[in-house]
Amino acid sequence: MSTVILRTFAPFLASLMVIFSIFVLLRGHNEPGGGFIGGLIAASAFAIYGIGCGVAPVRRALLFHPIAIAGFGMFIAALSGLLSALQGVPLFTGLWWFPEIVSGVKTALSTPLVFDIGVWLVVVGAITTIALALEEEERE
Amino acid sequence: MAYAVLAPFFLAIFAPALTQALGHRAGWALAALPAGLFIYFTGFIEPVSSGERFVFTAEWVPSYGVNLSFFVDGLSLVFALLITGIGAFILIYAGGYLKGHEHHGRFFSFLLMFMGSMLGLVLADNVITLFIFWELTSITSFLLIGFDHRREASRRAAIQALVVTGGGGLALLAGLILMAGATGTMEMSEMLSLGNLGDNPLYVPILLLVLGGAFTKSAQVPFHFWLPNAMEAPTPVSAYLHSATMVKAGVYLVMRVQPALGDTILWSIILPAFGGATLLTGVFLGLRQTDLKLMLAYTTVASLGLLIMLTGTSDLVIIEGAVLYLIAHSLFKGGLFMVAGTIDHEAGTRDITRLGGLRAAMPLTFAAAALCALSMAGLPPFFGFIAKEIMYKGLSHVALIPTGLPAADIAAWVLVAVAVIGNAMMLVIGFAVAFKPFLGTRADTPKSAHEGPVMLWIGPVVLSVLGLIAALTAHETGDLFIEPMTAAVSGVPIELDLHLWPSKFDAAVMLSILTIGLGLLIFSVYETARSGMGRIADWVGWGPDKGFDQAVRGIIAFAEEVTGIFQHGELRGYMIVTFGVTFLVLIVPLAMIDGLPAIPAIPDLFVYEWGVLALALAGLVAVFYAKTRLTAIISLGIQGFAVALIFLIFGAPDLSFTQFMVETLSVVILTLVLTRLSLAETDTRGMPRALGDGTIAIGVGAAFTLVLLSVTQQPLDLRLSAFFTEFSQPVAHGRNIVNVILVDFRALDTFGEITVVLVAGLACLAAIRLRKRRPPAAQSHGAELRNDADDAISQTRPLPSAKETVS
Repeated sequence: MSTVILRTFAPFLASLMVIFSIFVLLRGHNEPGGGFIGGLIAASAFAIYGIGCGVAPVRRALLFHPIAIAGFGMFIAALSGLLSALQGVPLFTGLWWFPEIVSGVKTALSTPLVFDIGVWLVVVGAITTIALALEEEERE
Repeated sequence: MAYAVLAPFFLAIFAPALTQALGHRAGWALAALPAGLFIYFTGFIEPVSSGERFVFTAEWVPSYGVNLSFFVDGLSLVFALLITGIGAFILIYAGGYLKGHEHHGRFFSFLLMFMGSMLGLVLADNVITLFIFWELTSITSFLLIGFDHRREASRRAAIQALVVTGGGGLALLAGLILMAGATGTMEMSEMLSLGNLGDNPLYVPILLLVLGGAFTKSAQVPFHFWLPNAMEAPTPVSAYLHSATMVKAGVYLVMRVQPALGDTILWSIILPAFGGATLLTGVFLGLRQTDLKLMLAYTTVASLGLLIMLTGTSDLVIIEGAVLYLIAHSLFKGGLFMVAGTIDHEAGTRDITRLGGLRAAMPLTFAAAALCALSMAGLPPFFGFIAKEIMYKGLSHVALIPTGLPAADIAAWVLVAVAVIGNAMMLVIGFAVAFKPFLGTRADTPKSAHEGPVMLWIGPVVLSVLGLIAALTAHETGDLFIEPMTAAVSGVPIELDLHLWPSKFDAAVMLSILTIGLGLLIFSVYETARSGMGRIADWVGWGPDKGFDQAVRGIIAFAEEVTGIFQHGELRGYMIVTFGVTFLVLIVPLAMIDGLPAIPAIPDLFVYEWGVLALALAGLVAVFYAKTRLTAIISLGIQGFAVALIFLIFGAPDLSFTQFMVETLSVVILTLVLTRLSLAETDTRGMPRALGDGTIAIGVGAAFTLVLLSVTQQPLDLRLSAFFTEFSQPVAHGRNIVNVILVDFRALDTFGEITVVLVAGLACLAAIRLRKRRPPAAQSHGAELRNDADDAISQTRPLPSAKETVS
């Protein structure tokens, strides 16, 4: 399935897609997007990279086994829900902080954001696990 | 009180570390806890014997009326004293018995956990608390029977005991909940004060379910088989759980509910019938055994049957006899088991045919064995004698007074006869256990026997001497223990005066003489009787123990059969069932309840909207005409993209976005899967099959269309939409309602969904790896040479290729 064009183009395409997926993840709270859809985009990025250049470079680039990434996502998603216990409010209640980065400019941090990042990691990890495992099979 | 019950559990955590530090001497240290608890409970003797009852309550789940509540009356106090008192000696004994065992600390831990469970069981007031401790005793018993888990027989016995007693526990739970419903309270102490439930419409189910729990736990026929098998456990367990305490939980329960459920026709038929049958089964099967522990185990079965039979009469004097016998039995049987264990430990065998003449080598053990056996035989001046006297006094009294019903009169005499035969046979087996190994000529044993260390003989000696002291101080024993316990079991306050010697020569004394004479007569021909009984049992050949195995095999075969029908491994069959059921689920409620929707008029669409529809249609046609499977899958993607476009046009950008990605990834993954499956490139289905599958496909599609039409024709409820639109921004700081719902309002749902995604990923990974790890035998010669163990290890090694690539 691997052609010269795809092999050359895949790393760039994949990088762009991952960046775009992070953009989609972060804008999700106010504009169309979010962790789930962002995760799907990143997963397709890795799938394309794998099809184009083989599974080994993808695994090297990921550093961790994708199922471990998914597990970590699950962990921080759970943590973001449990944090509400410290405030004595029900499980998964959203908590918000508005720290000032420089004077006059505020940003928003929240447990739903952490949760969404967790969702993103789970989706990326789980789908990439399946795709890479299948691509590897194919090559044997 | 809750602390007293929970303390053994707490100590169980530290028992292994303590054993590591002190070695087998940890037995002495650990025994301090039950000894302390024993002293704590002795503080209740004085007030309880003067008629007081104590209730301790801590709220647990108040919304369901479940409390961690305990109560102390004559019945629970005697049990608590037996559990802690005998428990202390058992811990010491276990210290000596398992000295040097690699898991000695674990054993102590299990024993302590059992002790806590058993204390909780007998002291529990709330019925749910009672049930939980009841099941805990089953579980800890399972751990203790299976302690020697490398042996097949131990594992089987452990599982068997757990299945039988755990199953009975479930019946008990149902019975207790019904009882709580019938009385309106969850507290046992309040239930008992509400009087007899005999007229309640739920009486029969309550009685049968509660007895189901009691009979399994106390090894009544036909559930008696698990108890002799449980002798696979180390001897301290047999002495403690399977004679003195746990198996008496069923008797405890029956005695506990006697005021509420007893004294009815059903009660006085079921209990004496099953108890009597168990008594006879126990003594006759016990007669044929040559293993000391098995002989004792069968007499324990018999004694439990006797106790159930006596309690079933609901007669005041007979219950008093049962109470006396229960205490006497715990003392002499616990002692005899420990003696059997000591003989096994010191002589290397517990086969009665290979033992003899140990009296000189093991004088203290012999003395303890003799005292216990004399009490078991019911000879004066031992406690067992008083128990038997009172028992006979009650039984003969009932039998001698005509009731006017011939059946009842005959039944009363049958009970007398059963009791006499049972007691005589117990004398035989008790004498055989206690005297055969010690008297006669010195037999050649695997180990050269000598007296055990103090840890091994102190328990049996103290328990056997207690059986003598309790009898010599009969008056005080009666006032302090027997009177309050009999009152608790019968439900009415009583006044009794206990003497060692009977005041006059009455029917009870005659029955006693008859029992002893009969027993000695059989004992004089013991060897002949044993082999004769063995031949009869061999001739019958089948027992519930074999039946248990047959039932288990039957269940497994049935499960395999059912699994084989549904999990036949043919993918097409799975798809037909899945989609067939989907079709029915969609269409049946629609056709039967809601009615088919009206067919809408063709809507007025823009040109580009028609274009999108045409695209979807083109995708479908392409699927239909595709030459290869690969083309078909990609063509299906076209149809999916068209749907995504429709979402986009109708103002659902998030949904559309997701649809695009899901569609893309589905095509990619399906393609990858397809390349791995060794399928023909083209569809090889014949026309009849294609038509059948096509019908199902069209049916499901049509059903979905109808359901969607039906849904859109309902009035639209906008309350939720309105709520989310209104609160999304001010409450959750987000303008994208869809995302706010996903990560904030319904975050728990999303959490569940990502769990599914993660598990699906793991499952796919495992499935793919598993396929890869099992190459056809022809491909790798190495795999054939490796033995099974190596193979198992390489199978379970996690994700090797991941490690390789990371490094």
